[in-house]
This record gives sequence, C-alpha cells and structure tokens, in this order.
Amino acid sequence: MSKTADTPKKPRLTRRELERRRMLIRTMALGVAAVSAGLIGWYPVYKKVFDRLRPPGALDEDEFLAACIKCGQCVQVCPVEAIKLADGDEGYGLGVPYIDARAQACDFSCDAVQCVLACPTGALSHLIAKKEEVTMGFARLARPEACLAMKGLGFTGLARGDDFPGLLRYEEIDRWEPQPVASHPYELEICDLCVRECPIEGAITLEPLSIDYQDKRRVPTIHKSCVGCGTCEMICPAEPAAIVIDTELALEASA
Amino acid sequence: MKWFLHKLAMMFGADPRRPSADEETDAARAMKALKKTPDEVAKRKALIADEHENPQFSHKWRNLRWVSIIVINALFVISFAWDVQLVEGSMSASRFLGFHMADPNAALQVMLAFKEVMLNLVIGTVTVIALWWIVGGRAFCAWACPYHLLAEWAEAIHLFLARRGWVKDHPFHRGLRLVLWVIFMILAFATGYTVFEYINPVGIVSRALIYGPTVAIIWVIFLLGVEIFFSRRFWCRYVCPIGLTYGITGAVAPIQIKYDLEKCLHEGECRAVCLVPHVLEITKMGYAQDEVEFIGPDCTRCGLCVDVCPQNALSFAVRGLDKII
Repeated sequence: MSKTADTPKKPRLTRRELERRRMLIRTMALGVAAVSAGLIGWYPVYKKVFDRLRPPGALDEDEFLAACIKCGQCVQVCPVEAIKLADGDEGYGLGVPYIDARAQACDFSCDAVQCVLACPTGALSHLIAKKEEVTMGFARLARPEACLAMKGLGFTGLARGDDFPGLLRYEEIDRWEPQPVASHPYELEICDLCVRECPIEGAITLEPLSIDYQDKRRVPTIHKSCVGCGTCEMICPAEPAAIVIDTELALEASA
Repeated sequence: MKWFLHKLAMMFGADPRRPSADEETDAARAMKALKKTPDEVAKRKALIADEHENPQFSHKWRNLRWVSIIVINALFVISFAWDVQLVEGSMSASRFLGFHMADPNAALQVMLAFKEVMLNLVIGTVTVIALWWIVGGRAFCAWACPYHLLAEWAEAIHLFLARRGWVKDHPFHRGLRLVLWVIFMILAFATGYTVFEYINPVGIVSRALIYGPTVAIIWVIFLLGVEIFFSRRFWCRYVCPIGLTYGITGAVAPIQIKYDLEKCLHEGECRAVCLVPHVLEITKMGYAQDEVEFIGPDCTRCGLCVDVCPQNALSFAVRGLDKII
C-alpha cells in the first residue's frame, strides 16, 4: 500500500474558509507592516544618527523626544521663526522641533523664551525662565583658518549677502521687531560679528593672538556662559561658518 | 447591559451577531413577528418599489460635516498664517483661545514614553475628552479629522472603480486595531518615543496644512493609494489607534444615532455607505435587540446612514432627552 493512502486527507477548505484564512494572513501582514513603518521612523532617532540643535529649554535628547507631542506651538510663537519641525526623511523625529542655526539662529528676540512657555508638555523645560539658563549647545571655532579676526581682517558689507533671509534683533534700530540681516551692512576694522551680535553678555570675547600690540589678529574665545543659541554661527561671514555650535548631543557623544 | 457589552466588544473586533432570546426585548420580538406577516411583507415591497421609482438623495449631514472638518482645520491654519491665535498648535495638541487641548491618544503615548504625568496635557486631554464625549467620541473622526476627509474622497474613487470591477475591497480583521493600539502603547513605553506618530496620517496632514508641505505627505498619499486600490478605508477601519481611543471616550455618549426598527425596510443602504458597518448589523432582519436602540460605540456620527436611509429609520438623537422632557 502506498504511504499517501494512510495519511488522512487534509479536509478541503470551503471558499469561505479560504477567504477567511487569506484575510487573517493579510491582517497579520498589515500589522507587521504598520509596526515596522513606525520603527523605521524611530531607528535613526534611537541611534542618534543625525546631529541636531533643539530649541531653548529642551530636555536631554532622550527625554525631549519622549515628551514632545509634535504640535508645533513652539514654532508658532518664535518671532524669528528659528524653530522648524523635522520632516519624515530627516531622522530628527517626525514633527519634532529643531533649529538650523546657520539659516536662522535663536537670537532671543522674544526675551523670555516664548517657545518654552508655549510647550504644552514641558519637553521644553518650564524650569527655564531666562535666556542665560538655556543650554542648547556650545560654540566652537571650528575653522580658525577661515576666521577674519584670526587673520586680523576687518569686515565691510552684508554679513551673509543680500539674499540671506535670516532675522536678527538690532536693538538700536527696533527693540521689538527683528530686522533682516540683509538690511544691515557693517563696517568693521576687525571683524567681531560673533561678539557684537551675541545675545548673551560675555559669552564670547576677542582675545589678542600675541602680546605684540601691533598685531591685529584676534581669537574669538568662547566662555562658559555660552548657551549655544547659534547667533554667532548665523552671522559669521565666512563660508562655511568659522564658528559653529556643537549640540548637546555632540557634546555628550564626545564626553 | 450584555447587549451593550457586545457592541463594545464589536468595537474591539468581535464579529456582529444576533441578539440571543434573553437579550431580545419582547417589543422587538413582537415587531419582528409582525414584520413577517404577509400583509407587512406586501406593504414593505410596495414601499421599496416606491423608493426605487422616486429615489431621494440627501447630503445634508455630509455637507455639514465637510464644512465642520474644513472650518476646524482652517482655524488652525489661519491662526498661524495670519497670526490671529484662535487655535495655536496642531491636531495633536493646541491652545484654543488659550485653553489647553490635547489629543487623548497622543497625550497618552507621550506620558507613557516620558513616564511622567504632565499637568497641562491632563488638562488638555480632559477638556478634549469631555467635549468629544458629548458629541460621541468618534465624532472627532467624522467631524474634525483632516485625514478622514481625504479618505472619504479616496473612498469615492475606490467605490467608483469597484463598481466597474477594476478594484476589489480586501477587508482585514477589525481586531487588528486593538492589537496595534496595545502594541503602539507598549512601544511608546518601551522605546521612550512616540513610535506611532511617525506613521500617523492625522498628525502629518495637520502639520502639513499648518506648517507647510513635507516629505512625510508621501506616506499619506501611499495610504490613500492603498485605500483606493486595495482596501476600502483600511486606515480608519483597521489601524488608527486614535479612532479607537475616541471610540472608548464616547462609548456612552449623549449624542447617538437612533435606530427605529418599525420604520426599517432592511434594505441595507446604510451598511453600504458606513465606515464601520458592523454597528449597523442591527438593521439586518432579525438582528435588532430592541424596537428603538442606539447603534454601537464605534459609530463616528458621520450621518451618512441618516442621509441615505429612505425611511428615516436612522436619526440623530440625544440619549435620555425624551425622559427629561
């Protein structure tokens, strides 16, 4: 006798049962697909693949990511529109706010950290009330060879060209209305833009490079009070910027 | 009570069924028996024939609803675009004239991820839950959700293609929504990140409307494509945890869709247009539990069934209002 005859025949499924089985398989596939799609968005955030400057008052990156509800209220209150929401392909967390300092830094035009007040979840910590208490990152002279002050050079003209859309508070012009950087030409004997426009008192100074008082060369020196707002990075006329912000994330990684 | 629990279970994915003999009320039993008499059958046939001769269409509730969705989302958009600050934020969290509002699902996920109860979010969530509880929980879906509107248009295309036999609806198991709800809550807790938000079309559409177009919109277009070519309204029906959260919110809401067994001719027009047809299973011959009853908690109060029913057997009602007056 052949073997196949012994084994009980599998009962043939009715059309209805077959349909149902297909439906259940389909359902499992959809479930797996939905969860996987969500995890794809989480992976770069989890691995901290990309560096990012978060708005003032942001909690530590992990906590910040957990607490942010992605509503964009911080975006809405920023007078210079420095805060942007990350897109799905950027890996900063979809809908999570960040600042691209070179394009538009947070210059504290609002005085009282409006984004922190706007945040409904405390992802931007409500413990912060003054700009001096912010810790977004820390400035670093990344390309000293490009720095005009390091070469002892001055600067004349528009810091970022006439098509730069960024805004900055020029208190002597208007205390409340941030002005386009492109509307404000400079004429400086020694370029001190990063020092001049820094919103935090004493966070950055120009120090002589040598003891020779005829030597015009200066070193931008960053002090502990730097909050990492990125105004220096935005205003730096060198292309790319000689001074950049190391984000909290980068500082953590290097520590 | 047991029948209500069954309706609740249906929202979580249980299959619809007939009421058992002890669940069925005497009035319903008598009505069903009456409907089977030759006289009544003849009357029903005449009425149906009349309907086919004089078809009536109404889009009253649908139009109202579309206006509602557009106005609510436009308020968000103009608040930012014109800086009038009526509703600041987006669908996930906002301030309405300064009052906190928060999407209960997003708020729950954030609290699970952050492992802390945030007061502002609790206030916002309670406000939103209270508001949507009154109008019926999932009324959020039909009356406010921007994705819902897009999905309705996609559904129209799907039905158009399906009538011509070019596409076929592939249903999924409705229980998937609960499973995904639980998985995404666990993921939020375990990863410390609101994983669901990456694929949440409601947030993506809302933010894109307010803050400008994003690459993430491609995901929403993909979802709509799946709804057009593969499975009718699949996101809202089988996936969206926000819908389930609002469904739970409005399980015993005051505003309900009332079903009147006596008027019903059991043609099934309502089930054909419904986003969640299982709540309308009671309109099948012999499936009603009572002479007059409210349809299940999964109902989005979209009013399509009210518009489509030729006999006005389905209508908006306020629970217990007749008892008060």
